[in-house]
Amino acid sequence: MTSDTTPIAAQDQSALPEDATQSGAHPDDAEHAGERSLHRIVIVGHVDHGKSSLIGRLLHDTGSLPPGKVEELEKISARRGMEIEWSFVLDAFQAERDQAVTIDTTQIWFKTGLRDYVIIDAPGHREFLKNMVSGAASADAAIMVVDAEEGVREQSRRHAYLLHLLGVRQVAVVINKMDLVDFSQTRFDEVSKEITEYLRSIGAAPMMVVPISARGGDNIASRSARTPWYDGPTVISALDGFHGHPGVGAQPLRLPVQDVYKFDARRIIAGRIESGTVSVGDTVLFSPSNKTARVRSIEAWPADHGPETAAAGESVGITLDEQLFVERGEIVSHAEKPPKLSTVFHARLFWLGHKALKVGSRYKLKLLTQEAEVTVRSIERIVDTQTLENASGDAVERNAVAEVTLFSRQVLGLDDYGDLPKTGRFVLIEDYDTVGGGVISMEGLPDQRQAITVKSTNVISVEHQLTADSRAARNGHRGGVLWFTGLSGAGKSTLAMEVEQRLFAKGYQVYVLDGDNVRRGLNANLGFSPEDRTENIRRVGEAASLFADSGIICITAFISPYRVDRDRARASAPGRFHEIYIKADVETCERRDPKGLYKKARAGEIPQFTGVSAPYEPPVAPDLVVDTAGESVGECVEQIIRYIEESFTLEKPGG
Amino acid sequence: MDRLDALEAQSVYILREAYNRIEPLAMLWSLGKDSNVMLWLARKAFLGHVPFPVVHVDTGKKFKEMYEFRDRYAKEWGLDFVREECPPIDAVDQSLPPAARSAARKTEGLRRAIDRYGFKGLIAGIRRDEQATRAKERVFSPRGESGEWDFRDQPPEFWDQYKTDFPPGAHLRIHPLLHWTELDIWLYTHREGIPIIPLYLSKNGKRYRSLGDQDITHPVESDASTIEEIIAELQTTRTAERAGRAMDHEREDAFERLRASGYM
Repeated sequence: MTSDTTPIAAQDQSALPEDATQSGAHPDDAEHAGERSLHRIVIVGHVDHGKSSLIGRLLHDTGSLPPGKVEELEKISARRGMEIEWSFVLDAFQAERDQAVTIDTTQIWFKTGLRDYVIIDAPGHREFLKNMVSGAASADAAIMVVDAEEGVREQSRRHAYLLHLLGVRQVAVVINKMDLVDFSQTRFDEVSKEITEYLRSIGAAPMMVVPISARGGDNIASRSARTPWYDGPTVISALDGFHGHPGVGAQPLRLPVQDVYKFDARRIIAGRIESGTVSVGDTVLFSPSNKTARVRSIEAWPADHGPETAAAGESVGITLDEQLFVERGEIVSHAEKPPKLSTVFHARLFWLGHKALKVGSRYKLKLLTQEAEVTVRSIERIVDTQTLENASGDAVERNAVAEVTLFSRQVLGLDDYGDLPKTGRFVLIEDYDTVGGGVISMEGLPDQRQAITVKSTNVISVEHQLTADSRAARNGHRGGVLWFTGLSGAGKSTLAMEVEQRLFAKGYQVYVLDGDNVRRGLNANLGFSPEDRTENIRRVGEAASLFADSGIICITAFISPYRVDRDRARASAPGRFHEIYIKADVETCERRDPKGLYKKARAGEIPQFTGVSAPYEPPVAPDLVVDTAGESVGECVEQIIRYIEESFTLEKPGG
Repeated sequence: MDRLDALEAQSVYILREAYNRIEPLAMLWSLGKDSNVMLWLARKAFLGHVPFPVVHVDTGKKFKEMYEFRDRYAKEWGLDFVREECPPIDAVDQSLPPAARSAARKTEGLRRAIDRYGFKGLIAGIRRDEQATRAKERVFSPRGESGEWDFRDQPPEFWDQYKTDFPPGAHLRIHPLLHWTELDIWLYTHREGIPIIPLYLSKNGKRYRSLGDQDITHPVESDASTIEEIIAELQTTRTAERAGRAMDHEREDAFERLRASGYM
């Protein structure tokens, strides 16, 4: 047999060094007898700081290399004119050996006396960030390698920042190549302070900092005599000191629907429980469709009867007590703690695309099993991962991190990453490729669920004896809703009052519902929280619909920034709803600032002010666009009056 | 949730993603221990059904026991079974070393199956721990028009959001066992009672750890004659699983070249 090129970690417990076998089990790891838990560890750091070498050494020192491997390594290293190079254990590809750079993420199995590990070696080279992300995102914990001589470098910081963004919360730092600085405690303290301060500043304080030399094997598996001043853990005991997987069972239920199977008489809803538990008999809510049903069974194979309860991590198939039409993308939850429904969300994202992310660009969003087209509405800030300073800009370049606001045409079920990390994250696709990943923030955004929910049941409409036609015949025009939407200061109220007066003079039945006026009465109990704003618009939509029913032309003047709210209002007055976009850019509105609100918003006195610190979703297909930035009030009024005469006036008999 | 349950749940998730996103889809069945586990997992994922064709790319040089196993369980498990014959040895890249050339026949047979049925997704039972080149794989791994693997520019893959968008002409390899180890396979086979080919069990002090073509696969020294004994053996061995597969060891980069051109 020729030499074996396979760097499989074998499992020889007898070869384990003392340190590894002595380290005690962490109290968080509930490990049953004979059943070892598996931890995923990612190793990150700047290029050439020695990540692959650390792993190669780790495997050697714990007796995990197959026989003949060391000789083979020596041979390969000699062929390239080097002393034994531990990183060749992992850098399996010939291309990598020649360039001496890790191209892709590699995984390697390894065990200590306590538990099993998969070590993911993530490349440090800047070009290969997407591979680093692929490796690190699945890790339970991370080891960050920093060169004692070079200190903290660009990729050290970027990787640390990304680890945090990816949700890897446990980090140990190793200061490598201590042999090059004569095992100097002063140098160790300097570098240690530098990296610790940076990590603290992003909220990711390291659990420990270990001085090592991967080449010499110092403080890897056993304590080194060359660092007598150091009394902390070795790398192995640092690994064993990491916690197990956090409990996601106690969190609210999230079961994204992956598919619906009808292979036989059963209609099975398939998916993996991301958090919480589901039991037979539970009433579950589907988002975004907002449908509910009871769980009849949890199916299983080859067993005839499935379990009564299933928990986070399990891939399940459930059946319901009624034939509900639901499809892939819906999220199953309990009614108490459902995801938010929204067409808009904030995100912090890292960008991997070759083309920059720009305001107005469209991408395919993949969020759990949901897919939707999203548009970048704004870029709030671009984060410099080196200095953590914020920059503004309208484009996010490859390898950068930014905070953005995204819009979707369809309503999405969303969780805040801070509440539920596994369901509060998404990726973006452009031209077949994953170009970015991000985490969701719903701060300051309303839950739009109430806008699509009918709470009371057993309500039966009573028929009027008068018809809409008879009312229209008396008035000479049909009733309807003219829904003015646009930024504060765009001219909605001004135009609404002008148009009302002109129409009245022409003999029309007309009435204006204006924002500030409605808040004195009908909506006096509502404030300005995102939920209250949604409710404000819902009530106005319902009231306007009643006016329209009675034959009146009802003009509403509300910013109404969210499409879903306006769509709800449209649905309240089917066939009689006219969306009028009162269009003016933010700069123009801010220059006008009739109520001084922009000034206050800029000063931070009004939070979540549309156009300044909260988004505005322009209408997709408005019935009329009135450009108040380009035209005079008189011209705009004329335009609206013409539209009303064409749309609402009854044809003269025979005319 | 124990380790095997976690592995199973992840594989089921992957299989369900593949079935939902890719059409037409097929599973490669090499008849070995890994692909038998994979088939078992498919039946778990689809509650007793295997809703896509199961393809055996046949070199015609497998062990008799393997063919018997195939014919029995294809019928017993109600599989939509497809056999694709490999072309003769002189139809493959002559610059490869002899054993690799033999394996390359399989690549060519696979390519023919893809052309014949137009598969957009092929589920294969490779694992990261069996071979260094496979360790770099993605769960959803795109292949070019002629089946080639561009390992230098692989797509990012994180948060279980797999690559399911690809240009016309390309196809995907789906690897639901990528995160399993050889030991996991045997522990799971034992727990679930999944049938195996008896060649894995020791006879006269030797057994097969990995099964391929008869002429390029060798047994290893072993007294493990039950699955329990195999499990005990794996917990102490330091010999690589594919040590008995000649094609891996002919030249430093032979296996990498095989995989880059479309081998599993």
